[in-house]
Amino acid sequence: MRIKQIEEKIFKVIMMGAAMIILGLLLYIIGTVFYRGLPALTLDMITKLPGGGFYLGKEGGVLNAIVGSLYIILGSLAISIVISVPLVMYINFYLPPKSIFSSIIRFSLDILFGIPSIVYGAFGFALMIYLGMRASLLGGIITVAMLIMPLMMRSFDEVTRLLSRDLPDALLSLGATKYEMTKVIIRQMVPGLITAILLAVGRGIGDAATVLFTAGYTDNIPTALNQPAATLPLSIFFQLGSPVEEVQNRAYASAIILTVMILILSFSARYFSSKFSKHKI
Amino acid sequence: MISTNQQLEILTNNYVMEMKEKIQLKKVVNNQSIRIENLNVFIEDQHILKDINLTIPEKSITCIIGPSGCGKSTFLKTLNRMHDESPEVKIKGKIFVDDENIYSPEVNVIDTRKKMGLLAQRPCPLPMSIFENVAYGPRIHGTKRRKALNQTVIQYLQYVGLWEEVRGRIRSSASRLSIGQQQRLCLARGLAIEPEYILGDEATSALDPLSTKIIEELFIKLKEKYTVILVTHTLRQAKRIADNIVFMYLGKIIESGPTEEFFKNPKEQLTKDYLSGSFS
Amino acid sequence: MRKIRLAKDRIARYLMLGIAIFTILFLLIIGLSLFFKALPIIREKSLWVLLTSVNWKPFKGDFGFLPFILSTFYVSLIAIIIALPFSILTSIYLNTYASKTICRFFEPVVDLLSGIPPVIYGVWGTLTIVPLIANKIAPKFVEFSTGYTVLAGGVVLAVMIIPLLISIMLEVFRSIPQEITDASLSLGATKWQTVKRVILRKSFPGIIAATVLALSRAFGETMAVLMVCGNITQIPHSVFDACYPLPALIANNYGEMLSMPSYESALMFSAFLLFIIVVIFNGLSRFTLIQIEKRYQF
Repeated sequence: MRIKQIEEKIFKVIMMGAAMIILGLLLYIIGTVFYRGLPALTLDMITKLPGGGFYLGKEGGVLNAIVGSLYIILGSLAISIVISVPLVMYINFYLPPKSIFSSIIRFSLDILFGIPSIVYGAFGFALMIYLGMRASLLGGIITVAMLIMPLMMRSFDEVTRLLSRDLPDALLSLGATKYEMTKVIIRQMVPGLITAILLAVGRGIGDAATVLFTAGYTDNIPTALNQPAATLPLSIFFQLGSPVEEVQNRAYASAIILTVMILILSFSARYFSSKFSKHKI
Repeated sequence: MISTNQQLEILTNNYVMEMKEKIQLKKVVNNQSIRIENLNVFIEDQHILKDINLTIPEKSITCIIGPSGCGKSTFLKTLNRMHDESPEVKIKGKIFVDDENIYSPEVNVIDTRKKMGLLAQRPCPLPMSIFENVAYGPRIHGTKRRKALNQTVIQYLQYVGLWEEVRGRIRSSASRLSIGQQQRLCLARGLAIEPEYILGDEATSALDPLSTKIIEELFIKLKEKYTVILVTHTLRQAKRIADNIVFMYLGKIIESGPTEEFFKNPKEQLTKDYLSGSFS
Repeated sequence: MRKIRLAKDRIARYLMLGIAIFTILFLLIIGLSLFFKALPIIREKSLWVLLTSVNWKPFKGDFGFLPFILSTFYVSLIAIIIALPFSILTSIYLNTYASKTICRFFEPVVDLLSGIPPVIYGVWGTLTIVPLIANKIAPKFVEFSTGYTVLAGGVVLAVMIIPLLISIMLEVFRSIPQEITDASLSLGATKWQTVKRVILRKSFPGIIAATVLALSRAFGETMAVLMVCGNITQIPHSVFDACYPLPALIANNYGEMLSMPSYESALMFSAFLLFIIVVIFNGLSRFTLIQIEKRYQF
């Protein structure tokens, strides 16, 4: 056997090793969390609010955090969809292809995407002080919206760019205005939009650094936009900080809840995008 | 202690092995050709090539013609085992290159490919400089010496007539050449691995008439040293340069023979129809 | 009728233009407002002192950011050194060698890993990596280590950015035309030779872009790192020392932010630093990529 074939074999083994290690790591991480958390995962965890002395090991659950997380992610989704969709349509269909303006926008999106969540958190906090707001549901929603918007815009833009120019051209040649054309095209883009939304949800719901300053924390479910709201990642963080082992185990249980929520989302993202792409022209 | 019988056996075995080697050596020298026996190719459930039996004569140009979708390109790919990369392709039958079945398990695919220089439909320079493109083959096959590499590169660039054109910018990116120059570069790159056979897969279909002419002339020059097998989509090209023609239709070889004979007296009705242009 | 249609179109166009301009301005707004929030402390201490001093005593009014800046860089550097080879090798394996079944199994796994929230990585880190370092690895090199170290931060961060790197690199490798690979293989190259000499070369800009993205994620990662890196203000001298990256500094002290003079400004200054690091990084990488592409015209 010649050297290059030996080299080939060696590297193949190394690469397989790397892949195996990564696979092993995933199982290890999930395994660890489930091992510690499953025994503490009771129905109470997802149906009850933290009772008195919850953080010392007494009764209760993390319903406040589950609901708070959902409120925040739904609110921020609403804001970012309303802003992302027109923007993506604008750079793809209103601006001429390869315009300088659109590449400037894409570049800023790239940078916005790279900005750490803690910076958004700090910025959101500064903004809230400026506006005279306290840590609240609304503050959390706005800050998380800032975090997930660049992600959503970028992935939606990527799908839209792949769309062939035939459909827009056909619509325009029928005498449609660009606005009318866009309305038809959006229907075509629904699967891409869903994928983008689910990606954004995955990132937004798991992030603690943004809501740390802006949404605050409470043991209750917020009933108005100006009340503080709890979130799952923060709840995990605080429970883990407790010296009581039972509470720590509950942190792992909460981690399971969060992971399962994200898993459901990412699998449905795959499912929807593959299902819709079948019906696309 | 080894018994006499065993000794005798070992001696005979050695002798047989030696003889085999000698015979093989002789064959390599004498018979540099491709012989295909009962070749069948399936892609997933589709039967793409059916019972191909063919001998390709050495040091000549053999053109494979036929309407698109008849399996010409698939056939060409079986010759340098490029189908190895796609697991859905199943190959049955034997292809003897230099009297060695290239699909027998002990043959290394790399050796087979080294024997075959392939010229693809569209020129595909590797993402590196002109020099490195040509030096790529010798390098991966183990040539390290700078001087030898330089010499090889210049030699083959001269051979394809590119040397004068690229002399001053041999270190610049190959993608800056015109498409016709790129195809000649790819030919030089293929020749630099010192193959015995040249395979061309519609190698001129992407080129302008002038570049096509240059490449065709190169092919004619090449057949002095190499066995050239070309898939072509134009009858006229086959007529211009081929020594032998193989006509394929729906995965079968319909007719094959020397060019003049083939065009003057086609034997099969299908061939006549094809030559008269009633289908393509 | 026609007028209404055209008017609608015009309104939509201006609204969209407004959003587009806002997106670009948003970047400036973030940068400028963080800068103005940080301005009091920059005026008070001068930029040079803030960036190079090692004294961090907020009560006495000493604000030296060097330990935090260095911690951020060390942790990120370790993370990328660990993550990069793993990700490149794995994505090459998936792209070139692995069968379709393996790929189909692996891709959701990668997605899954990138979907796991940072806090959970932090949890996992405190549970496994920290004790591993404290009990097994550190004793071989130093006398004592709590396990909450630069190394722990780097490892956890590496595990976090690997999925990100793999999924981007897979895209990059997939975008390489099949013909190039075929051209190399038909010259008799082995797969590995093709990878080494052609694929890696062709995908070099993409790999750089992926690395930059992963690094900016690493710079800013807060929770996971905070949970395992020890949070002690010092310049770490070895990977077994505790450290205190910038994001952790912000996250840990936001509570007292308003209670001490100049403290708010100091924390905003760290946010501003992170912002600038990421922007410069992205800008530089964009610039290099354009240069590379110009030079080689891939």
